[in-house]
Amino acid sequence: MNFTIATTLDDALAAVASGARPVAGGSDLVVGARQGKAPLPESVVAIDRIRSLGDIDESNDGVRIGALVTHARLEVDAGIVRTYPALADASALVGSPSTRNVGTLGGNVMNASPAMDTGAPLLVLAAEIELQSTKKSRRIPIGELWTAPGRTSAQPDELCVAVHLPTQQARSSSAYLRLEYRRAMEIAVVGAAASVTLDEDGGLAALSIALTAVAPTIVSVGGLDALIGRQVDAALLADVASRASEQSTPISDLRASERYRRHCVGVMASRAVDAAARRARGESIAVPVNRNLGIGAAS
Amino acid sequence: MSVSITLNVNGTDYPVTIDAGRNLVSVLRTEIGLTGTKEGCDDCECGACMVLIDGHPVNSCSYLAAQAADRQVLTVEGVMVGNELHPLQQALLDEGGVQCGFCTPGMIISATALLNHNASPTEEEVRIGLSGNLCRCTGYVKILAAVQRAVADAH
Repeated sequence: MNFTIATTLDDALAAVASGARPVAGGSDLVVGARQGKAPLPESVVAIDRIRSLGDIDESNDGVRIGALVTHARLEVDAGIVRTYPALADASALVGSPSTRNVGTLGGNVMNASPAMDTGAPLLVLAAEIELQSTKKSRRIPIGELWTAPGRTSAQPDELCVAVHLPTQQARSSSAYLRLEYRRAMEIAVVGAAASVTLDEDGGLAALSIALTAVAPTIVSVGGLDALIGRQVDAALLADVASRASEQSTPISDLRASERYRRHCVGVMASRAVDAAARRARGESIAVPVNRNLGIGAAS
Repeated sequence: MSVSITLNVNGTDYPVTIDAGRNLVSVLRTEIGLTGTKEGCDDCECGACMVLIDGHPVNSCSYLAAQAADRQVLTVEGVMVGNELHPLQQALLDEGGVQCGFCTPGMIISATALLNHNASPTEEEVRIGLSGNLCRCTGYVKILAAVQRAVADAH
């Protein structure tokens, strides 16, 4: 294996352009090789020392999260927890303290697992991905990134350098939660994120929902416009659950059956909408929602 | 491809020439000879291989040794204070938190990482801090008690 350490973005882009695979924390690339899923690539460039990719920058347009920002930082970053709590909910559930310490947002996004925890939050928060090559830079909606399990629309010479999140409306908030069998080193059995904006009377002004581990990629729930204007009550949450279950196309595997996943993703979606609406009303539900609503494995 | 790098482990520089695909735990154990760090699952699940890199916990089975070049690696061999056991080590002995011992180095490293940035963790915070470390013997109760004892003794 050819191995280099890039200390500047230009060095990293040149290496990627010549065929090297980027590695940051190694929690997907190296673990996959140890498990025998895929051997280590012939050429690897370590990008984890590029300081310019490790920043969280807030602006009038929203926030730009560098690709190397770790889950450990996202789960406690005051700005992310306050404005984009679904993302913090997700990062707080990833792996264990050591996984969250080495695992990066860019790595999680580009690994394109349909069970990735940060994907559903980023989709409901209308994230854009900044891809850069030696020739150009472009931003695409995150929904256009994932094409299949482990596959993205990024070109081979492009490196994910940042994730952009737009500003949030007043009376808005978000939440992510997942079904899990244990509290650490777990992969979502199913999960759901919701982003909610309330009108002045407490009705729904905007709603988006995305689902984890029930399709070949993270997917949005469609047809939610019919729910706009309604109060977030038990009847609405039941409608949310049935829409989410109907639109999921899960598989059966050793972790759960198709039928169980289909049912439970509806439960997760309704709880995500409930938690996001409660946060939008000003209620404090600490990150991660999973622990603080008593969802998931018991302690 | 071989790379020649310097690994700083427990404050000592070790120049090594290794295949670039080697993981850190194998280099620590077979090139440097520090066998306190264990290889358990080799899959980033069990935490037996936990080390600190620049003060943060890392599963060394799933981390390229070459990526640790010029960084500060701490293994269980570097936890002692002079010739005295670290309070966490003493508390594990006193509480009976060690049975077969295979998970113990990783537990000590994870607990060290926790206490380095939170000197007064709650029981829940200790559980989260140790959540990447599996133990097949103790049932965890005595390990939790040991960390809490070390915390109490430090106050």
